[in-house]
Amino acid sequence: MKTIRSVAWAAVPAAFVAVFFGYPVATLLARGLGLDADRLIDVLTGSRFLKVIWFTTWQAALSTLLAGTLAIPLTWAIANRQFVGRRLARVLVTVPFVLPTVVVAGAFIGLMDRFSLDDGTIRLRHTVWAILLAHAFFNIAVFVRSVGGFWSQLDRRPEEAARTLGASPLQTFREVTLPRLRPSLIAAVSVVFLFTFTSFAIILLLGGPRRSSIETEIFRYAVTRSDISTAAALSIVQMVAVVALVVLNGWLQRRAAGRQGLVADRGVPAQTTRQRVRLSTALTGTFVVLGLPLAVLVERSFASGDGYSLANYRALGERARLLPISAADALVNSLAFAIVAAGIALIIGGMASLAIVHGTRWVSRVLDLGMLLPLGTSAVTLGFGVLISLDRGVLDLRSSWWIVPITQSLIAIPFVVRGVVPVLRAIDPAWREAAATLGASPSRVRREIDLRIGARALATGVGFAFAISLGEFGATSFVGRRSDLLTVPLAIQRLLSTPGDLLRGQAMALSVILMLVTAAVVFIGDRLHPKGGGLL
Amino acid sequence: MNTIKSAVRAAIVLLLLALFAAACGSSDDGGDTAATGDTTDAVAETGGEAGGDEPDAPAVGFADEGCDVPTSITLVTYDSFVVSEGTLESFAADTCIEVTQVAAGDAGQLVSAAILTKDNPTADVMFGIDNTFLQRGLDAELFMPYESAMLSTVDDALQLDPENRVTPIDYSDVCVNYWIDQLPGDAPATLDDLIDPTNANSFVTMNPETSSPGFAFLLATITRYGDGWEDYWQSLVDNGVSVTAGWSDAYYGEYIAGGGERALVTSYASSPPAEVIFAEPAVDTAPSAVLFDSCFRQVEFAGILAGTEHPDEAQQLIDFMLSTTFQEDIPLNMFVYPANGDAELPEAFVEYGQLADNPATLSPQEIEANREAWTERWVEIVLG
Repeated sequence: MKTIRSVAWAAVPAAFVAVFFGYPVATLLARGLGLDADRLIDVLTGSRFLKVIWFTTWQAALSTLLAGTLAIPLTWAIANRQFVGRRLARVLVTVPFVLPTVVVAGAFIGLMDRFSLDDGTIRLRHTVWAILLAHAFFNIAVFVRSVGGFWSQLDRRPEEAARTLGASPLQTFREVTLPRLRPSLIAAVSVVFLFTFTSFAIILLLGGPRRSSIETEIFRYAVTRSDISTAAALSIVQMVAVVALVVLNGWLQRRAAGRQGLVADRGVPAQTTRQRVRLSTALTGTFVVLGLPLAVLVERSFASGDGYSLANYRALGERARLLPISAADALVNSLAFAIVAAGIALIIGGMASLAIVHGTRWVSRVLDLGMLLPLGTSAVTLGFGVLISLDRGVLDLRSSWWIVPITQSLIAIPFVVRGVVPVLRAIDPAWREAAATLGASPSRVRREIDLRIGARALATGVGFAFAISLGEFGATSFVGRRSDLLTVPLAIQRLLSTPGDLLRGQAMALSVILMLVTAAVVFIGDRLHPKGGGLL
Repeated sequence: MNTIKSAVRAAIVLLLLALFAAACGSSDDGGDTAATGDTTDAVAETGGEAGGDEPDAPAVGFADEGCDVPTSITLVTYDSFVVSEGTLESFAADTCIEVTQVAAGDAGQLVSAAILTKDNPTADVMFGIDNTFLQRGLDAELFMPYESAMLSTVDDALQLDPENRVTPIDYSDVCVNYWIDQLPGDAPATLDDLIDPTNANSFVTMNPETSSPGFAFLLATITRYGDGWEDYWQSLVDNGVSVTAGWSDAYYGEYIAGGGERALVTSYASSPPAEVIFAEPAVDTAPSAVLFDSCFRQVEFAGILAGTEHPDEAQQLIDFMLSTTFQEDIPLNMFVYPANGDAELPEAFVEYGQLADNPATLSPQEIEANREAWTERWVEIVLG
C-alpha cells in the first residue's frame, strides 16, 4: 500500500522531469553519440580533458568550502539571534544570487581595479581566486537561508544540556550542534557544489582564457565547433559526476542525525554587550563582503559623464536603441517567467519532497537523483536537447512562452527539495503517530504536520526559485525565444556588448533595478508562509 | 487552520499572478511598444487580439486592407539583431506576411542550433550567419538557393556564395581600435607596430575560440603574415599582449573606454562612431580610431532554411532585407554597414566611420578547413 501511494506522489514530479529534462537530454546524447562508444573513449582519454575535469572539481570544492566558511557568521546570527532587520538580512543575502554572472564579473573587475588588485603584487584578474571569490559571493545565500533556516528550527535544549554538563561553547558546537546540522549542511553543500561545478560565465570571464571547466568545454565543442558528439560525451561525464555526488550525499545523509527536536524559532535577542558585539560583527562583516561589489555596481549606475545623475535610469524608460523592447518590458517578461517558474518549483518541489521523505527507499533515492540531475547538466545540453526533442505535436514547445519558465524551474526545483527534505526528515515520527492516534487521516497528518513545519523551508526554496529565474541566463539563451520575450539578464548582456558609456551605464542601472525587484519579491514571498510563531 | 488558510491564500495569489503573467506573456506583441499614434498602431492592436488565442502568435500586426489571412513566417537571428519599430510592420502591410523574430544566442549558437535542427527547422529564414561560419552552414546543406533581384545593388566582393544559397545583408570590419590620446607612442600604422616595444603591454585581444572578433583578428594576422603568423603571435606574447575570453571584458575591462589601462583593443570598425553616438557627455570628435592594416572583413548573410513551408514568403523577406528601407535601418541598430550600395549611411557613420579600403579576407572554405588547426595552434602559442 505504501509503495503504491508513494509512487503516486512521486509520479507527477517524475513525469515532469522525465518529459522536460530526461527526454531532451537523452535525445541530444543519442544524436551526439549514436551507438559510438569510441568517441566517448577518445574524449575521456585526452590529457587536456583530464586536466579540465580535475580543475572543475577542485574549484567547485574550494568554492563551496569558501562560501560555507564565509557564510558562518551570518548563518549563526540568523539562526540564533533575534534582532531588528533579521528578516531583511535574510532577504538581502539573496540579492547577489540573482545578479547575472556577467554583471557580477564586471563588478568584481571594477572592484579589483578600484583596489588596484590587478597589477603589482596582488593580481586577482584571471586567477583562480577571482573565480572562488565570485562563486562564494553568489552562494553564501544558499548556506545562510537553508542552513540558517534549518538551524533556527532546532531546539536549544541539547546544547543547553551540554553546557550544563560542562562543555565549552566550542565543544558544544562541534559535538552537539554540528552533527544536528549535518543533514542541512550536506544538502546545501551538494547544491552549491553542483552549481559551481557547472558554472559557466564566471569561469569564462573571471578565469580568463587559460581556465576551462567541463561546462566551458561543452560550450566550446557544441557551439564554436558545432561538434555535438564531443559535447555529448562531455555531458555524460558531467552527469556521472552528479550521480556520484548524489550517491555520496545519500550515504552521508543516512549517517547523519535523523529526527530532531524542532521548535518554531530558537533565536533569542542578544543580551550581553559581548553578545551584541559578536552579532554586529557578524552582520557588518558579511554585508561588507557582499556589499562591496554591489556598491561598485550602484556607484557605476549613477555615474554619468563626470558626475552623478539619474540619467541612466531615465534612459531605461525609453526603448534603448539596441534592444528590441524597452527595459521595462524586459522586466515584466522576467517577472512573469519568474512567477511561473517559482510556482512550478513550489508544486513539483513540494510533491517531490514529500515523496522523498515518505516514500519507499528506492522511490526516494531515484526521485532525489532525478530532481538534482538538471542542476548538474549543462545548459547547452538541455537547451539544444529541447530544440530537437520538443518540436512536434503536443510537445512542440520549443518556441513557446512556456519553455522558458519550465527550463528555469528545472534548475530551481533542487533548491526547494534540498531545503525542505532535511526539515521534514527531522520531524519526530511520534508527532505523526500521535496525530493519527487522535484520529487524523494520513492526508490531514501530512497537512497539519509536514506542511506546517516544512512551510518555512518551502517558502525559502520558492524564494530561491524566484531569484534564480530572475537572474537566469544560460538555459534561457540556449532554448531560443521570441525576441519580444527578452529577459533582463539578456538585456543587460546585450547592453554590455556594444561600446558606449551610455549603454554601460544603462546596464548597471538595469542591474540595480533587478536587485531591488528581487529583494522586494523575496521579501514578500518570505512573508507568505503561515505564522508558525517567530518568523525568520 | 490558520496555516491552511494562509497557504491557500498564498497559492491563490500566486496562481492568479501566474495566470495573469502567462496571459500577458502570450499576447504580448510589438503593438504596445509602438510610440506613434498612426493607423499601424490601431491595426497592430487588432492583429494582436486576433492572434491572441494562439500562444505563439507572431509579434507584428498587419494591415487589414485586402489581406484576410496573413501568412506568418519566422526569422531566426542572433540575440543582438534589432530593427527599428515599424520596419517589419511596413513589410507586413505591403505583403501580408507577418514576421516573428526568434533569437538563438550568438552567431555560433545560431549556426550550431540550425545544423542540429536541420530536419525540423525552427524558422523559415535565418539571418546572421557570417563568413567565418558560412562554409559550415553550406556543408550542412542548411539553405535553399535563391537569387534575389536586389543582388544587383550589392558589391561582387560581398557575394561569397556563387550558388546564392545565402544572400549578403551587411558587412563590417573587425579591426584593432586605439584610444587616440592615450597611446604610448605614435599612432600605429601597421600590424608590426603592435609588436613594437613602444606599445608593450598596451594591447588586449580576445581568445579566438570563444570570441568571434578575436577569431577575425587571428584571421587577419594569418592573411597578412602567411606562414609567419605563429612568429608574429609569439612576438605579440613577448610584447605583453593580454587576452580575454570575450569582447566585453576586453573592451570594458582592460581597454581605456572601460576604465582600463590598455590603449589598443580588437574591436569593430563601427566602434569609433558608437563611442560618439553613445558618449556621455557628448563629444565632437571620435576618441578612438582604427588601425586599417589589422582589419578583417566580416560579411553577414541571410538564407532560406531548407525545409521551409513558405518558400515564396521567405523569398519576399530576403528581398525586403536588401531593400533600402531595411538596409538604411541597419547601421544605427546593429553597427554594421549595409550591403546594398544604394542605401544611405547615417551622418555619424559618414563622419566618424572608418572602413578599410583593403581589408584582409579569406575564403569561407579556407576558414572552415583550418579553423580548428589554427585555433589549437594559437592556444599552444599564446596560452600554452
